Amino acid sequence: MKALLVCEYREGKLLDTSYELLAFAERLGADTAIVLVGDAANVPRYSGKVHLAHVAIYGEYNPDLHKELILAAVDRENPDYIIFQHSSYGWDLAPRLAAKLRLAQVSEVVAIAGDGFEVGCCNAKMRRTVKPSTAKAVITIQTGAFTPQGEPQGSPTVEMLDVAAAGKVEFIGYEPAEEKDIDLGKAEVIVSAGRGIGKKDNVPIIAALAKAFGGELGASRPVVDAGWVEHSHQVGTTGQTVSPKLYVACGISGAIQHLAGMKKSDFIVAVNKDKDAPIGEVADVLIVADVMPFAQALTARLHK
Amino acid sequence: MKILVCIKQVPDMESRFKPDSQGTWFSEADLAFRMNEYDEYAVEQAVGLKELLGDSADITVLSIGPDRVVEAIKKALAMGCDRGVHIPDAAVHGKDPWQVASAITAFSQGKGFDLIFTGMQSQDRGSAQVGITVAELLGYACASTVVGFEYLEGSVVVRRELEGGGKAVVRMPLPALVTCQLGLNVPRYPTLPNIMKAKKKEISTVSLGELLKEGPLAETTSFYPPAKSGGGIILEGDVAELADRLIGILKEKTTVMR
Ligand SMILES: Cc1cc2nc3c(=O)[nH]c(=O)nc-3n(C[C@H](O)[C@H](O)[C@H](O)COP(=O)(O)OP(=O)(O)OC[C@H]3O[C@@H](n4cnc5c(N)ncnc54)[C@H](O)[C@@H]3O)c2cc1C
Ligand SMILES: Nc1ncnc2c1ncn2[C@@H]1O[C@H](COP(=O)(O)O)[C@@H](O)[C@H]1O
Repeated sequence: MKALLVCEYREGKLLDTSYELLAFAERLGADTAIVLVGDAANVPRYSGKVHLAHVAIYGEYNPDLHKELILAAVDRENPDYIIFQHSSYGWDLAPRLAAKLRLAQVSEVVAIAGDGFEVGCCNAKMRRTVKPSTAKAVITIQTGAFTPQGEPQGSPTVEMLDVAAAGKVEFIGYEPAEEKDIDLGKAEVIVSAGRGIGKKDNVPIIAALAKAFGGELGASRPVVDAGWVEHSHQVGTTGQTVSPKLYVACGISGAIQHLAGMKKSDFIVAVNKDKDAPIGEVADVLIVADVMPFAQALTARLHK
Repeated sequence: MKILVCIKQVPDMESRFKPDSQGTWFSEADLAFRMNEYDEYAVEQAVGLKELLGDSADITVLSIGPDRVVEAIKKALAMGCDRGVHIPDAAVHGKDPWQVASAITAFSQGKGFDLIFTGMQSQDRGSAQVGITVAELLGYACASTVVGFEYLEGSVVVRRELEGGGKAVVRMPLPALVTCQLGLNVPRYPTLPNIMKAKKKEISTVSLGELLKEGPLAETTSFYPPAKSGGGIILEGDVAELADRLIGILKEKTTVMR
């Protein structure tokens, strides 16, 4: 069995998540080869073959061209699996490859299951096992689900890749994330507000609880998108990654993109009216309650 | 300007999910359904663009699914889409993303849509495949995970969201497809007059059999809750009492109360 791993490169660097692809392939028991649009100075530490296309020619985001380059590597390797991270790069390219090759695609795999691959569904509350019906398949893996063991080592044999094609999408440039006016990374306690707090007027009550703990206010994304809390307080893949001594999630369901930003906290308390909310999977204590009355009661007790 | 918006109806994610009799998807009993959150951003972006372009823009909203999805189509019409297309399929949950995308592609072929908006992913299946696959099959330019959208004479400039919150700015010629991410805009609530007006808008029905010639490329073999990781304590009861109990636990297990 062979797997072609599509590594990622952004703003001049190979992304470390690339090594998670190797960890997954190992779990599959597959032989591997890598394809990368990057540069020779930034190839993965790996003792196998890397099909390398120059980022200077093909750009960091040019999906039509990257698709053609990966197809050229597929031609060389004839892999059973083409594997991406389920990331802004991977989920964008994987369906293009799958459609072109007419292969099954399994998205955001969290585990290898008996007859297929386990993936999350219903906002991470449930799981499915998905089995490709095609002999070969395109797979994206959930970031953080397959962690590499030990330091990656080795130096690959590099084979250059080139294609003659034009891309339809023109990359103009990057915009940096908004400036952070607070650094949640330093807080010992973070109390985060989620959509379950119900309305903007309730934000000060959650902020007061954070203050009673001597901590900072965090937030889930919908609360930020709705303009209830500034983006600089957002926790998650598109916000900050935090690991305080205590994280209190108020009315937050526990979507993977939120968990990715806080699950390494030392102690996690979740307040949710839904006993089955996926936040329960990472919580040390799940308080099943209406969040606002509970937050007020807890603040009052802390002030005593 | 001809615009297509693809929407899916999904259950309220705060529901309790139980496997159906086949054990491959959820049972619909007791579930309330609404428009997929990501698709609300898609509808809003299309309607916002029409407001900019005026009546020369015409928006079709399409959904494949059982009869209940007509409710979601009606909401999109009340938000400002011009016409609805319902492709009835009581067994859509058993179709894989490839089949859903193939049906949407077959519907779109030859209709000359300049722009197609889809959600980045559906909240129940979460495959993040259908939109991009449609673009690929139609040969449209495509950008996914869009949090910023601007129309500029014959092309669009979009902002793709990246991990960490940065963005990639890209330009695409038309025809193009964008998959819409949370936070792209603030979806409007349909007003009562617009709900009334929407009642007069046409919702046509196209049979799936005419569109779908493809079999599935993948199948779901089982549907189940995640394995309990265990370890965590679950507390229920009166809030004041819960607050006391939590403080007791925090004093014992953490250093933050010192
Ligand atoms: C590419 C991508 C990147 C993303 N990045 C991020 C990110 O960085 N950070 C992030 O947070 N999300 C991110 N998201 C969004 C994420 O998928 C979820 O949509 C989001 O985290 C949900 O926020 P929430 O838990 O506050 O809201 P919901 O999922 O709506 O959950 C609300 C919760 O509140 C509970 N609740 C409701 N009422 C009450 C009450 N009265 N009392 C107690 N509990 C109540 C409900 O049971 C529910 O569990 C991203 C998504 C994508 C696709
Ligand atoms: N049954 C459907 N009818 C119409 N559009 C759909 C359907 N299923 C998915 N889509 C569109 O495809 C997007 C991505 O869905 P998915 O690939 O299932 O995550 C959704 O946000 C919708 O815009």
